[in-house]
Amino acid sequence: MSSAIKTPRAALLATLLVLSVFPLFGSDYYSELLTKIMIMAIFAMSLDLLVGFTGLVSFGHAAFFGIAAYAVVLVSPQYDPSSLWLVLPAAVLAAAVAAFVVGLFVLRTKGIYFIMVTLAFAQMIYFVFHDSPLGGGSDGVFINFKPELRIGETQLLDLGDAGHFYYVVLLLLVATYVFLRILLRSPLGHALAGIKSNEHRMLSLGFPVFLYKLAGFVIAGALAGVAGFLSACQFGFVTPEILSWHQSGNVLLMVILGGMGTLNGAAIGAFAFVVLQEVFSALTKHWQFLMGTVIVLVVMLLPGGLASLTQRLRRLLLGGGSNG
Amino acid sequence: MDLTTFLIQLLNALQYGLLLFLVASGLTLIFGIMGIINLAHGSFYMMGAYMAFALTSATGNLFVAILLGIALSALIGFLLEWGLFSRLYKRDHLDQVLLTYGLILVFEEIRSMIVGDDVHGVRIPEMLSASIQLSETLSYPVYRLFMSAVCIVLAVLMYWLIRHTRLGMMIRAGSSNREMVQSLGINIDLIYRLVFALGVTLAAFAGMLAAPVSSVYPGMGNQVLIICFVVVVIGGVGSVWGALVAALLIGLADTFGKVIIPDYAGLTVYLLMAAVLLWRPEGIFRRI
Repeated sequence: MSSAIKTPRAALLATLLVLSVFPLFGSDYYSELLTKIMIMAIFAMSLDLLVGFTGLVSFGHAAFFGIAAYAVVLVSPQYDPSSLWLVLPAAVLAAAVAAFVVGLFVLRTKGIYFIMVTLAFAQMIYFVFHDSPLGGGSDGVFINFKPELRIGETQLLDLGDAGHFYYVVLLLLVATYVFLRILLRSPLGHALAGIKSNEHRMLSLGFPVFLYKLAGFVIAGALAGVAGFLSACQFGFVTPEILSWHQSGNVLLMVILGGMGTLNGAAIGAFAFVVLQEVFSALTKHWQFLMGTVIVLVVMLLPGGLASLTQRLRRLLLGGGSNG
Repeated sequence: MDLTTFLIQLLNALQYGLLLFLVASGLTLIFGIMGIINLAHGSFYMMGAYMAFALTSATGNLFVAILLGIALSALIGFLLEWGLFSRLYKRDHLDQVLLTYGLILVFEEIRSMIVGDDVHGVRIPEMLSASIQLSETLSYPVYRLFMSAVCIVLAVLMYWLIRHTRLGMMIRAGSSNREMVQSLGINIDLIYRLVFALGVTLAAFAGMLAAPVSSVYPGMGNQVLIICFVVVVIGGVGSVWGALVAALLIGLADTFGKVIIPDYAGLTVYLLMAAVLLWRPEGIFRRI
């Protein structure tokens, strides 16, 4: 948390400025790529609340992302655009309810069990959508009309329009970031940090640790739902693969690569991951080999993730005198 | 369901459960003794199956292929522990998750580069290809019985190794206090390396054994990995005995789930896990 606060405000503002004018100058391809990165950044930040700030390593976070995406499909009428007022809350609520139910089970476990149990529950939800005709089975399902925002007769926003969509994503990214920053400074945020550093102490201080963890889990699930909603809107297509364990692994990767416990780090991780994926898959169809190799090298040579790179460089330049 | 069908399903459940045990026991041993969570464990199962396919095609004999495959996978396990895993004992579980996730991607792509992405079958050896007639219409393949028998023999051997040999004693001691064992002059690094190689070999062997029945296909390792996690969660991390009981329970749940609720058969195993979590969040058994 502390390093998130240390990040110069100027850098954040500059990033925000670049993001908000990018579609005016950048090509469509890069705008779309950036949209995808911002969606993944929301997703990664939601997981960082669990992994980085509460110490709960969830390997099943894609479940809530996917449930929200499927909620978009189930709520949207077949031949008309749906209303953003309805779809976004429905998707987020679906993810939150799922996180609540799953949380009741998985939060009974700790450490390595938690990793395995979250993975197993996500896989169970994967099978629900994969095996049942609910959302088109293993083939997935199209969303024919993207949601829109209307007041009366006038259409304010059409998420089918790439430009509109870009700014909706940017707005939700900023909202998520601000929300999490406020949350982390709230009593709940401090309690979660306390649970991360010493759960027993928090228990003996009389904190209802389980309820706090459950609250964190539900909030993280709901925010993953925001990302899932946006992802469904961007691609207009939902398959069970979006809640597969690869997706859970990838988002965990973004959080760890970027350096846990810093919201900016999660966003940097999402950026690095999506860009690497683009570059590698342009090079070869065996791009996962390159991705896997990069991961192995980062773990072996760079404990602390990409975010530690700047600190290491600084230390190197300053001759090892500073403590980072 | 008449009695014969029930018997056949029971044998299937037993065979599936025992096979799962082979894979899961390696996973639980590696965690219980070295504290390493190994997501790439399923990849070793996949490797074994592809070795069985490639080496059977090359040598023409499944048994020769399995012998070669065992040597090869033990070597792979030994080298991986030496090169990568031995550097991760002191690190966080997160780093282990990350490293082994990266390894899954690497192994899966190497498989794709060498063998391609097609589904392949492996022929059952002639001497085991018969079926036993159970009734006029139903029969049971001898090879599946052979698989179950081999798994039972291995389970007994493992019990003997861990409980009644000097090496087993060192392994058990090493799992409870690494430094103490080391200061008694035992080469704990070598023991870890052996245990890791043993775990890899067990998973690969399970893959080789299963190849003629399940055929070999991309992603087969990951499917097994997640079910093995369920086995370990139900049985208790680090408990080989627990892994055996849990694997058999899952064999039963999965097989009879397919018969009773075919539409949601994929879920029964996870429902079993959810029930166990409510009852005993740390698994049914706790220690080796």
